[in-house]
Amino acid sequence: MTEQSVSRRDVLKLGWGLASAAILGEGLLIGLRFLAPRVGEGEFGSVITAGPTDSFIAGSVTPFNEGRFYLVRLEDGGFLALYRRCTHLGCSVPYDATRGEFVCPCHGSAFSIEGRVLNAPAPRPLDMFPVTVQDGQVFVDTGNPVERDVHEAQSVVYA
Amino acid sequence: MNDNLPEARPGLVQRLWRSVQRDPLSPESDRDRMRLVMNNLILHLHPSKVAARTLRFNYTFGLGGLLALLAVIQVVTGVLLMFAYTPSPDSAYQSMLALQTEVPFGQLIRNLHHWSANLMIVAIVLHLLRVFFTGGFASPRQFNWVLGIILLLLVVGANFTGYLLPWDQLAYWAVTVGSSLIGYIPLAGDAITRLLLGGPEVGAATLTNFYGLHVAVIPLTLFAVMSFHLWRVRKDTLTVPRRADEPGDVPVEKVTTIPHLVSRELIFALVMLALIIAWAVVFNAPLEEAANPDHSPNPAKAAWYFMGLQELLLHFHPTFGAIIIPGLALLGLAALPYLEPDMEAQGIWFRSIQGRWIAGISIVIGVLSAALFVGLDEVLLDLPALLPFLPTVISNGWVPLAGILLFLLAYYEGLYRLGATACEARLAIFTLLLAAFFTFTIIGIFFRGEGMALVMPWSVIP
Ligand code: HEM
Ligand code: HEM
Ligand code: FES
Repeated sequence: MTEQSVSRRDVLKLGWGLASAAILGEGLLIGLRFLAPRVGEGEFGSVITAGPTDSFIAGSVTPFNEGRFYLVRLEDGGFLALYRRCTHLGCSVPYDATRGEFVCPCHGSAFSIEGRVLNAPAPRPLDMFPVTVQDGQVFVDTGNPVERDVHEAQSVVYA
Repeated sequence: MNDNLPEARPGLVQRLWRSVQRDPLSPESDRDRMRLVMNNLILHLHPSKVAARTLRFNYTFGLGGLLALLAVIQVVTGVLLMFAYTPSPDSAYQSMLALQTEVPFGQLIRNLHHWSANLMIVAIVLHLLRVFFTGGFASPRQFNWVLGIILLLLVVGANFTGYLLPWDQLAYWAVTVGSSLIGYIPLAGDAITRLLLGGPEVGAATLTNFYGLHVAVIPLTLFAVMSFHLWRVRKDTLTVPRRADEPGDVPVEKVTTIPHLVSRELIFALVMLALIIAWAVVFNAPLEEAANPDHSPNPAKAAWYFMGLQELLLHFHPTFGAIIIPGLALLGLAALPYLEPDMEAQGIWFRSIQGRWIAGISIVIGVLSAALFVGLDEVLLDLPALLPFLPTVISNGWVPLAGILLFLLAYYEGLYRLGATACEARLAIFTLLLAAFFTFTIIGIFFRGEGMALVMPWSVIP
């Protein structure tokens, strides 16, 4: 047997150290779980029935305040649901019908009717919500905003 | 109580009083007088003697003391407000209206809390400047400077969380914009924002979170760190002011803290308190319409002390404007005392006579270059359009940042070549950046109108 290189004191010290670390860790974990956001049922975040397809004329933009989105019908009849939250810093972007653009009041970002960035500082197009068309009705899933770096034609939904 | 003579035993009232105050308050002998001073709670906060010169008002300008006073005002008025305020989106705004119209002195208490919070920002920046320009951060006070930076963050945090509580349009959108900034932190940004807001957007959970932070977490932390800060000031003593041509090692005259320092503190606190109350009687804290998540006001501006940051955001990619540039600035600020291993110029305003010239010139250059930068970016310089093949993070982030860093480097080298010491050159860089930041803040407050377009001040102020 070699010398006892680990004394009883060292073992105890290690034990207390580990116990303290465990308590701290548990405390931290409990605290974080306690504070974690809880997702409420219903309201914003559910699938919203926007209405029959033919109630939206081509080239129109219809706001849905409770769903926080605009239902856009492009000139060619395609649908897009744009999250109205500015991709720059979160302001609510109104639609300027005379210019045919979304213009953010906060720092002046402008977006086309498809959500493309026309004017910085917004770093990416407006986020989209998935649109589905079933039995002539338009449904928008507000639970899953889709981020995109550029607007792509295949994200437009046709009836 | 070990007198030999069988003196009459003191009565109950007297004994009770002595258990509270041990020494007679009107001392008759020198010994009693000395004991009254030495056993005083005041000397728990202050050293028993201080250098006479540090008492000059035009050295500290009483700013540290003012900050402590304001913190106390905030606790007193804040606790009162808690009795009148309900932290829920349905009733917060109503309770603010009731506070202002029904609660006796409700408007006054709110005004006091509001204006003291604003004054706190002004005072803390001036205090930081005082300490910086007199070299008060150098060894051995380096860590106390770092504690100061933490205090700065806490005061800004208290202001940010408090700002949401009235739940009016101003509050809602300033906090929406402010918390979106955090979202640009790489990787963890979204998770942190969600935790802070308690959901994807500012809502009921956000109000609860901010209320808890504002009335409990931040004040408790603030007072803990403040005690630490003040204790370090007592232990390290203050830097002693001197003229630029005086050597640093001459013996300094000392005076007793009681009464020389405490009487000055008391008078200063009384005067400031009177001024603040007078101000709060005359000027009402603003309250706009109730928060409306459907409609951002135009322009939606952050609180005035965030205007410099907001101006940065108009010119840089958000990752740079909100995270990298402020992060570097904060890091630089905290590292500052460790970059000046030993400062010989402690107590001399602006380090030296030459330092005063250099600081003045740096202010002018800082103001002009910031104004020029804003003007150029507005009319000519559209980097993302000039460099369409690069992502905007690079064209509107790395490229302008590199330009600015090169400019600073050239300025530093230039001063050094012209005969400035390294210490003075660092002073110059700090002063220039600060002047530029103040210019951004002024532009943001007075020159940004609808849609954040550049306009003249008279069309901004309603
Ligand atoms: C709530 C915030 C603060 C309070 C209550 C406070 C209080 C004080 C007081 C009472 C003093 C004594 C002398 C004087 O008034 O100048 C002092 C000195 C000092 N403070 Fe602060 N301070 C605060 C924030 C800061 C900040 C933001 C910084 C720097 C980033 C800072 C750095 C220092 C340093 C380094 C000294 C020693 C200066 C010297 O010896 O010349 N403090 N502080
Ligand atoms: C450094 C300390 C503090 C700062 C900088 C600060 C700042 C602020 C600000 C800017 C507001 C918004 C005021 C307005 O515009 O109406 C506010 C509101 C409020 N604060 Fe504080 N506060 C501080 C400490 C406290 C403390 C210690 C409490 C209570 C324990 C408190 C309780 C409240 C309450 C209840 C409100 C809501 C009522 C209102 O908005 O007027 N605050 N605070
Ligand atoms: S939030 Fe829309 S441009 Fe800044």
